[in-house]
Parts: sequence; structure tokens; C-alpha cells
Amino acid sequence: MNFKLEIWRQFESGQDGAFETFEVSGIDPEASFLEMLDQLNERLSHEKRRTVAFDSDCREGICGSCSLVIDGNPHGPRQVTSCQTYMRDFIDGATIKVEPYRSTTLPVIRDLVTDRSALDRVIEAGGYISTTTGPQPDPNAMLVAPDVQEEVMDAAICIGCGACVAACPNGAAMLFTGAKVTHLNLLPQGQPERESRAISMVNQMDEEGFGGCTNYGECARVCPQEISLDVIGMLNREYRKATVKKKPKAPPKMLTQ
Amino acid sequence: MWRSTIGKKTIVAVTGAILLGYLVLHMAGNLNSLFGPGGAEPRVDWYASWLREFGEPLLPYESVVWMVRAVLLTAVVVHIIGVVQLSARNRAARPAHFPARKIGRSWESRLMMLSGLLLLAFIVFHILQFTTLTIDVTPLEHGAVYANLYNAFQEWYFVAIYVVALVFLGLHLRHAIWSLAQTLGLDSPERNRGIRYGATGLTVLLVVGFALVPVLFWTGVLAAPDEESATAMINSLKGRA
Repeated sequence: MNFKLEIWRQFESGQDGAFETFEVSGIDPEASFLEMLDQLNERLSHEKRRTVAFDSDCREGICGSCSLVIDGNPHGPRQVTSCQTYMRDFIDGATIKVEPYRSTTLPVIRDLVTDRSALDRVIEAGGYISTTTGPQPDPNAMLVAPDVQEEVMDAAICIGCGACVAACPNGAAMLFTGAKVTHLNLLPQGQPERESRAISMVNQMDEEGFGGCTNYGECARVCPQEISLDVIGMLNREYRKATVKKKPKAPPKMLTQ
Repeated sequence: MWRSTIGKKTIVAVTGAILLGYLVLHMAGNLNSLFGPGGAEPRVDWYASWLREFGEPLLPYESVVWMVRAVLLTAVVVHIIGVVQLSARNRAARPAHFPARKIGRSWESRLMMLSGLLLLAFIVFHILQFTTLTIDVTPLEHGAVYANLYNAFQEWYFVAIYVVALVFLGLHLRHAIWSLAQTLGLDSPERNRGIRYGATGLTVLLVVGFALVPVLFWTGVLAAPDEESATAMINSLKGRA
């Protein structure tokens, strides 16, 4: 298969970028989108030209590293990660536009690589649980009902790729944060930090400059893990409950004799 | 609460809910005019004076009306300030020349700002016409609600303005009511379907309920007011003042 690629080239963050056109030919229909870019890069390096920078790691849809915007769709046309998008999904001879994520909170580092550390900082703010460091606990000491487990796992499969932010007209990270809050706040292990987690993750989200949700629902339409918009309702609910809940009083001061 | 995005969204949702609640009451109240010109006094005129006398003698004349107006004005102002600040934030979160591609978002959700702005303009016009009687194209009289409605809605352009405004109200509400439930965290996977249908149902109910009055007056289903009763009504009001 032959394609004409319009790829965003930008040498450094903060600089201006532009689309550059490349022609690729003899592509196997079973090649993934990233393998097609690999072939292009091999040719570019033979020609001693600067290769196209893009993120990838596992190439099996579980790490969340790949982050292309293909023809305006975060990840590509099929609601799967870029690495799981295959060239057979495109028409032979088509012109394909490849861009990085467009969000002021996830700035471009080079070409198609974006800095997604803002999402990591949201995780850092509340994506942990308190646990014992002593002897190993009994495996079934904490019971989780099957329906809770189902709901939690549906949220926990978030790979943190950031496609939701890229798809959102407001550049909001509510689906991502909602998935994390749903995941940890419903499990018994996450209860000690339930309130503080919702508050500190939302605060961090605001701090990073992500927009707010206006219920367009585009995030859920591109999410390669098919996380539902319900997690945003859950995030709103958890945040409201946490802010309304009475703050615990400071313990009375100990008197020294 | 006001400083965080979710907190501000919650406040916008609550003020929106207040305005929505008022719309339901307003629509129900409007339906009083469907009783027609009546005998001595049209029912809608009686309803209007009842609203003003509400709470008497415990509360002074028109006090409840003014309280409701104060609440509504506050809600509108807070709603608009919240939305303007939130949308400025949303715009800043995306680079200027790269709008997100439309994948599946509904057009009423994209028209929220425009429909909101048009509704604000309509509310100002509506108050100038029927509350302060400043836009006095068709002769308007204080207290003669039925006669005022009848006269105003004989003009096709007034009917058109009201119907167009209601279309935008419908667009605004269809996205707003569901969003409100989502923002307040009232949704859940089991309830979502119901909330979606409920939002559309309530929107249709409100739009049709409001549209009945101008349309029925214009098509002549609602008869012309009884001249004598209207003048009697005005005189009694004048006597009161």
C-alpha cells in the first residue's frame, strides 16, 4: 500500500511547527501504524535526514505511550491505541494527517512526542493507598463484591495515554482523573484517603491548567480502553461529598506536666 | 468551592437548576391563560393578582414576587459569571489554532454559549415587553394580562420571536438538564438512560407548554378579551394603588 503522510514537524517545544509531507510505498496492510512510521524513519536515516520522533513502548495497547492524532482522531479511526491501528484500516493512496496531541497542558517536546507529565502529577497527588508494610496480610481479608469489582476494573484499565485530553474541546482531564478516582475510591483498600484523594487530584488537575468538563463526551468516544463517561459523574460526586463533609477537628493539644 | 473547576461547575449547575425550577412554575402559571377570557375576570388576570397578593397579610403586597425576582437575578448573574470564567479556562487549555475535531458531540452542546446568549437577550426583551410594558407596540395595560397577551400575539412577529426563543430554550435545556445531573453526580450507569430521556421529556414539556400561549392566541383559538371586564379590572387596580 502507498500513502502520503502529512506529519507535524517541530524541533523543540515552544518553537513553531509545520506539516511536512512524506510519501511511503510498499507498506504491508498488516503493518501497524507505528511500524509504517518505523519504515519511514529507516528510510529517513538512510538519507541522513532527521527522523520523525514519536512515542512508543509496548506496542500491544497496554502501556499508553503511543499518542498520535491520526486524521484528527486521537490514536486513530478505530478507538484503539495508535500501535493497534493497522494500515488495512486506511484506503490505499490516501493522504493521512499525523499530529501530536494538542493541549496546552501536554506540550509538544518534538514532532509527535508530547510531555504528559501533567497526568503523572495528577496521579501523584492522589493515586496511592495506605497499606501495611509488616507481615503479608491474609489474601482474602478484604472482601470486594463482584459488582464493585466489575465497576472498579472498568475504570482501572485506564492506561493514562491522554487521548481523552486530546479529544476534549476544553482540554479537560476529567475522564482520566475520574477513572483513577473511581478505581481507588470504590475499593476497600482506597478508603483511608477517599476524601483527600478526590480533593487533591482535582486541585492538581486545576493547577496543571486542564479545562473543565462540559459533557461533550468526546473523551469516551476516543478512549482506547472504552472508559465510560460515568466516571466523570463519579468524580463530581466524590469531590462534592469530600468538600461538603465536615473536616475532622484538630486533636486537642496534649498538656505537659 | 468557587475556586476549583468542579466546584464552580457545581454552582453553575445549581443556579441552572434554580432557573429551571422557575421555568416549570412559569410555564404552569402561563397555562392559566388557556382558560380563556372567562366571565368577569380572565383566570390569568386573577392568577397574576394572586401572585402579587401571595402571603398577604403576613407579608406586604408584591413581596413574594420581589423575593423570587431577587433570587432569579442572583442565579442568572452567578450562572453567567461562572460560565464565562469556566469557558475562558477551557479555551486556555487548548492551543489557539487547533480546535478539537468534532467526533460525536451533539450540536446543542456546541451551541450552549450561543443559545445562552440569545436567551439572555430574549429575557431582557420579554421583561421590557410584559413586565415593565416598555415595548408598548400593541397597547398594553398594567394588570390586564389576558388583554395584553391577546393584543401582542395578534402580531406575527411577536409570535415568531417567542417561538424562536423557545427553540433555543429547547436546545439549551436538552444539553443542560442532562449535564446538570452529571455535574451534580446524580447519574449512575443504571440511571443514565432515564436521565437522558427525562431531560428530553422535560425539555419538550417546557417548550410545548410555553409555545401554547402565543400560538393559540395567534391562531385565534383563544378569544378576544371581554372589553368591559378588562376595564373593570384596570379600574379596580387603579383604585387599589
